[in-house]
Amino acid sequence: MSNNPFPLPKEKLLEAYTKMKTIREFEERLHVEFAKGDIPGFVHLYAGEEASGTGIMMHLEDKDRIASTHRGHGHCIAKGVEVEGMMAEIYGKVTGSCRGKGGSMHIADLSKGMMGANGILGAGAPLICGAALASKFRGDGGVGITFFGDGASNQGTVLESMNLAAVWNLPVIFVVENNGYAESTSIDYAVAVDSYIDRAAGFGIPGVTVDGTDFFAVYEAAGEIIKRAREGGGPAFLECKMVRFFGHFEGDAQTYRAKGENEENRANKDCLKIFRSKVAGAGVISEAEMNKIDDEVLARIEASVQKAKKDPLPTAKDLLTDVYVSY
Amino acid sequence: MARNLSMKDAINEALDLEMRRDPTVIIMGEDIAGGAGAQGEEDAWGGVLGVTKGLIGKYGANRVMDTPLSESAYIGAAVGAAACGLRPVAELMFLDFMGVCFDQIFNQAAKFKYMFGGKAQTPVVIRGMVGGGFRAAAQHSQMLTPLFTHIPGLKVVCPSNAYDAKGLLIQSIRDNDPVIFCEHKNLYASMADVPAESYTIPFGEAAIPREGKHVTIVAYGLMVHRALEAAETLSKEKIDVEVVDLRTLSPIDLDTIIESVEKTGHLVAVDEANPRCSIAADVIASVTEHAFKALKSAPKAITAPHTPVPFTPVLEDLYIPSAERIADAVRKQLK
Ligand SMILES: Cc1ncc(C[n+]2csc(CCOP(=O)(O)OP(=O)(O)O)c2C)c(N)n1
Ligand SMILES: [Mg+2]
Repeated sequence: MSNNPFPLPKEKLLEAYTKMKTIREFEERLHVEFAKGDIPGFVHLYAGEEASGTGIMMHLEDKDRIASTHRGHGHCIAKGVEVEGMMAEIYGKVTGSCRGKGGSMHIADLSKGMMGANGILGAGAPLICGAALASKFRGDGGVGITFFGDGASNQGTVLESMNLAAVWNLPVIFVVENNGYAESTSIDYAVAVDSYIDRAAGFGIPGVTVDGTDFFAVYEAAGEIIKRAREGGGPAFLECKMVRFFGHFEGDAQTYRAKGENEENRANKDCLKIFRSKVAGAGVISEAEMNKIDDEVLARIEASVQKAKKDPLPTAKDLLTDVYVSY
Repeated sequence: MARNLSMKDAINEALDLEMRRDPTVIIMGEDIAGGAGAQGEEDAWGGVLGVTKGLIGKYGANRVMDTPLSESAYIGAAVGAAACGLRPVAELMFLDFMGVCFDQIFNQAAKFKYMFGGKAQTPVVIRGMVGGGFRAAAQHSQMLTPLFTHIPGLKVVCPSNAYDAKGLLIQSIRDNDPVIFCEHKNLYASMADVPAESYTIPFGEAAIPREGKHVTIVAYGLMVHRALEAAETLSKEKIDVEVVDLRTLSPIDLDTIIESVEKTGHLVAVDEANPRCSIAADVIASVTEHAFKALKSAPKAITAPHTPVPFTPVLEDLYIPSAERIADAVRKQLK
């Protein structure tokens, strides 16, 4: 065994790879299943963006909270939400993580610190300020991470939350997952500043920009600011530059993209390929070990789809439950 | 000349005709053209479901403005521009996103005229999708019309077909008050004969898509179709139903409703909104107050339950009032 030049021990590297691969295969499979017409509603896939959620979440524990976006499957998996419950949820089954009531855009698992995917852009930022406030109040050392896209970075809720987190010195990390597009609109049109670091600076918050296709770049940058926040150093802003492999949602013809863009992204900006070549190149994990993980992941996804298809649907009485805690 | 047009195309045509007629009409919204700043095609989306497709090619980016994802800012800017002489039509993709920008509408746009002693006018239209059936879950499927009708100063429109959508949208744009224009996403594909030329439908005039003697069903939006379906079923049981399509919820055409109830003596009010303080509840209260003597049975509201919109299709189908539920209510009333 050669020396490990990476900031994580081998078993953690394997865990990170498994998470990223699980996200990838979950999304690739949904892409296929959606096209068959079996999956209701809107589905936004995280494929291509795995290194961001995973690189950050490798630093988190269950007591740390995240607020996700409409593109939330990857955040869920990286935070430890079970794929079987997620798949069943997306199929609208009573065995789903939200008993079929939420669907792809609202998957949540509060026991894992996953405060929900969200259909309202920017809605997670104030909520995570609250999560961070609760942690600070209790002194449990927990941090809150709010994810939003380049598009949602323009929501008032996000900007107000940045100020609030700074004023209250909350342990919040603002993560912009910059894939260059908000639906079909380019960041070049919609965001006036050249750098998110400048924007964060305007709120008195330190910012850092990383290559979000490089797990290690994300991991290291996130590690530093999360540690700082845990120790009472206050909020920080992290920009992960990345690509999304699929359309905005399933069914998007993507005519706003440059010719060959998707092929170029798959060939040269695939965070899984980049991870593999780094760890294999350094001789820390062999191709064979990763291939074995690939097989296990594929089998798990296959089983989760088969189970989700067979699982029972909610029944009429479920319509009226869960509105209130007490009636 | 009338052509068979989808409601989606009728809305596009209304915007097109008004932009051609009046250079102060501008439209704005998220991805209403699409592809802004990107390297692919311009007008890549034309709105998330293509409702505004083609307009940027005709009127340019000065009048067809894609916006950053900042509803509070651009909806507010539409309100401000309206107060300063433009006629903006701002798209709020899903009216569920109203929560993000509601202050600019209900504390600002709706109140200018009154607060400023009659000296302001705010001819802004906020248009967007409402309603369920798309499996779009709790934050993209609501029928929030009662929130809007509650606010004095707002006009609230919800067409049930392509013909009405065109005439009501043109009226909305020409109207000098703020209008919330509710487009049911499950009606975009519905077809009707629509004249090519411009026409308006006045606010506060309900339509009667089916005349009948025995029971009045009051509905709007998608529920008009469910009511008509129920009426068809009931006609086989020799029950003759009259369907009133409200078309505008603020102002509301109480005269037509009351006239109909005076004829039939029975009222079923159908609403895709949640039951408390709904349009259905409002209609029933008004009829009870103003035409109590005409009623031969207790009026009945058929609405969504007091729950958020569920994602899973089996539950969403139970959530949205069905033709069967409406027909059952009518049968019970006539017993
Ligand atoms: C308040 C609000 N406005 C608009 C939308 C519609 N919408 C959903 S996703 C999206 C684009 C988001 O872009 P970005 O934040 O960059 O995230 P990405 O999809 O690229 O991950 C839009 C406009 C919404 N869901 N909520
Ligand atoms: Mg984006």
